Amino acid sequence: MSLDPVTVRRIAKLARIRVEDSQVPRLQAELNGILGWIEQLNEVDVDGVEPLTGGAQMALRLREDAVTDGGIPEQVLANAPDRAGDFFAVPKVVE
Amino acid sequence: MFALTLAGARAALRARQVSARELTDAYLGAIEALNPRLNAYITPTPELARRQADAADAALARGEAGPLAGIPLAIKDLFCTAGVRTTAGSRILAPFVPPYESTVTANLLRDGAVFLGKANLDEFAMGSSNMTSAFGPVTSPWTRTGDAAPLVPGGSSGGSAAAVAARLALGATATDTGGSIRQPASFCGVAGIKPTYGRCSRWGIVAFASSLDQAGPLARTVEDCAILLGSMAGHDPKDSTSADRPVPDFAAACRRGVRGLRIGVPREYRSDGMPPEIEALWQQGLAWLRAAGAETVDVSLPHTKYGLATYYIVAPAEASSNLARYDGVRFGARSEGGDLLEMYENTRAEGFGAEVRRRILIGTYVLSAGYYDAYYLRAQKVRALILRDFTEAFHNVDALLTPTAPSAAFPQGERMDDPVKMYLNDVFTVPASMSGIPGLSVPAGLDARGLPLGLQVLGKPFDEETVFAVGAALERAAGFAALPALRAGG
Repeated sequence: MSLDPVTVRRIAKLARIRVEDSQVPRLQAELNGILGWIEQLNEVDVDGVEPLTGGAQMALRLREDAVTDGGIPEQVLANAPDRAGDFFAVPKVVE
Repeated sequence: MFALTLAGARAALRARQVSARELTDAYLGAIEALNPRLNAYITPTPELARRQADAADAALARGEAGPLAGIPLAIKDLFCTAGVRTTAGSRILAPFVPPYESTVTANLLRDGAVFLGKANLDEFAMGSSNMTSAFGPVTSPWTRTGDAAPLVPGGSSGGSAAAVAARLALGATATDTGGSIRQPASFCGVAGIKPTYGRCSRWGIVAFASSLDQAGPLARTVEDCAILLGSMAGHDPKDSTSADRPVPDFAAACRRGVRGLRIGVPREYRSDGMPPEIEALWQQGLAWLRAAGAETVDVSLPHTKYGLATYYIVAPAEASSNLARYDGVRFGARSEGGDLLEMYENTRAEGFGAEVRRRILIGTYVLSAGYYDAYYLRAQKVRALILRDFTEAFHNVDALLTPTAPSAAFPQGERMDDPVKMYLNDVFTVPASMSGIPGLSVPAGLDARGLPLGLQVLGKPFDEETVFAVGAALERAAGFAALPALRAGG
């Protein structure tokens, strides 16, 4: 599976990363280099193998569904690039 | 003063032969003198360090000192530190000052440690050379004999490893996702352990690949690593993957010896291109362990060669998901745009460096509709086979011995033209990351050009004690005493 320029732009759009037209050829070559190298996994027989999702060799624990935190809007907003009162502010979304 | 190990400094502090303030001031002076050349620290924190040192001196005077009272450490800039800027080596987090403390660093503070500053790293811990930091590369304190060309310290914990090697800290925190503790330890001639996944809490560590990320220490000796890990580890209800197990006395395990242990030698780690001196050092390491009473046994880990390719699906996939949070809205840097979408795209294009953007794109692709089964699901199945290899080997042996990395440190700027070439650095470290098992790198010798080489000890899940026992035996036999040309007190 080899990526064409349209697919590179589509992935970048999905990832919300601006890519200039001039960057596409180089990115395409780099990504295809990595994906081509990854193709070696196709030679492994994985029939009947259960996927391993995590590094922890144990059952994940559940905690009590309780509020344990909150009431700290100043801390939550302290790193906001832009704020309006106790809200995060973004460019206008709805006209 | 710089000749003291962490264990030695601890004894000297307790005996009041040196004060925490004197020790901290000496290390802060060394940072001021040498950091401009090494760039091991992004953000030194001298005022904080002096306050913590004075508090340690007071605790020592009261006889209430914690296990790390007055010990000056470097903290990889991936651990959130309350009130101290935490950048992850990225432009996008350059303005970020966490209001909270990561569990691992909180554990170290509980035990009385002194934080000298935040150590440089590859951006978001993605790299094997420290060349991808937005705050400039770290220079290794080591150089080849008769060649002044600046070398990489390895990565991603390159700032931590360079700081320990150059004696700009007595020890350091680090993290390992595919080799980011062990490979820089090998390159810089220091010891470093990635413990079992779940041993240290990930809470408050900037996430890269959550099923792989694990914190651990870098220090001058195996025992020093054991002391640090004893403080860093422990169950944390805030991380659902944190193991609810008692923390053993790792330092005591260093004195156990290896008599009667069975040490596996995985034949698949003998790659064709391996430099003969690394092969020779590996054989030497096995001979040292046999001389100390261990038995060495050939084992097979047949899926070893697929470790890296599996890693470069799983890790970017998890990274693309984890790094979705950097959108210029709640924290971090923002680049303006005409509308919300343009703001997101500009923020992420300008905030992330080239390697991070590349991995997010790979991760986005392998998770995208129509490709998930072919890439991500298949990789998770191969990952299961890699774990099965280790599980079967450990039925027959107590630990494994391998080289840590396929080469010694290389010059800055080398291997930058082809991402895959850089990824090959992690060929011996990635399988343990994929399997969640512990791995320790011990400095074992020098190559012909005078650069350190490490050997890696791999162990069963949650059996760091055997790993420390084997590592300490190797360390005693190797008697590695070489020091980098550039160092404090040199």
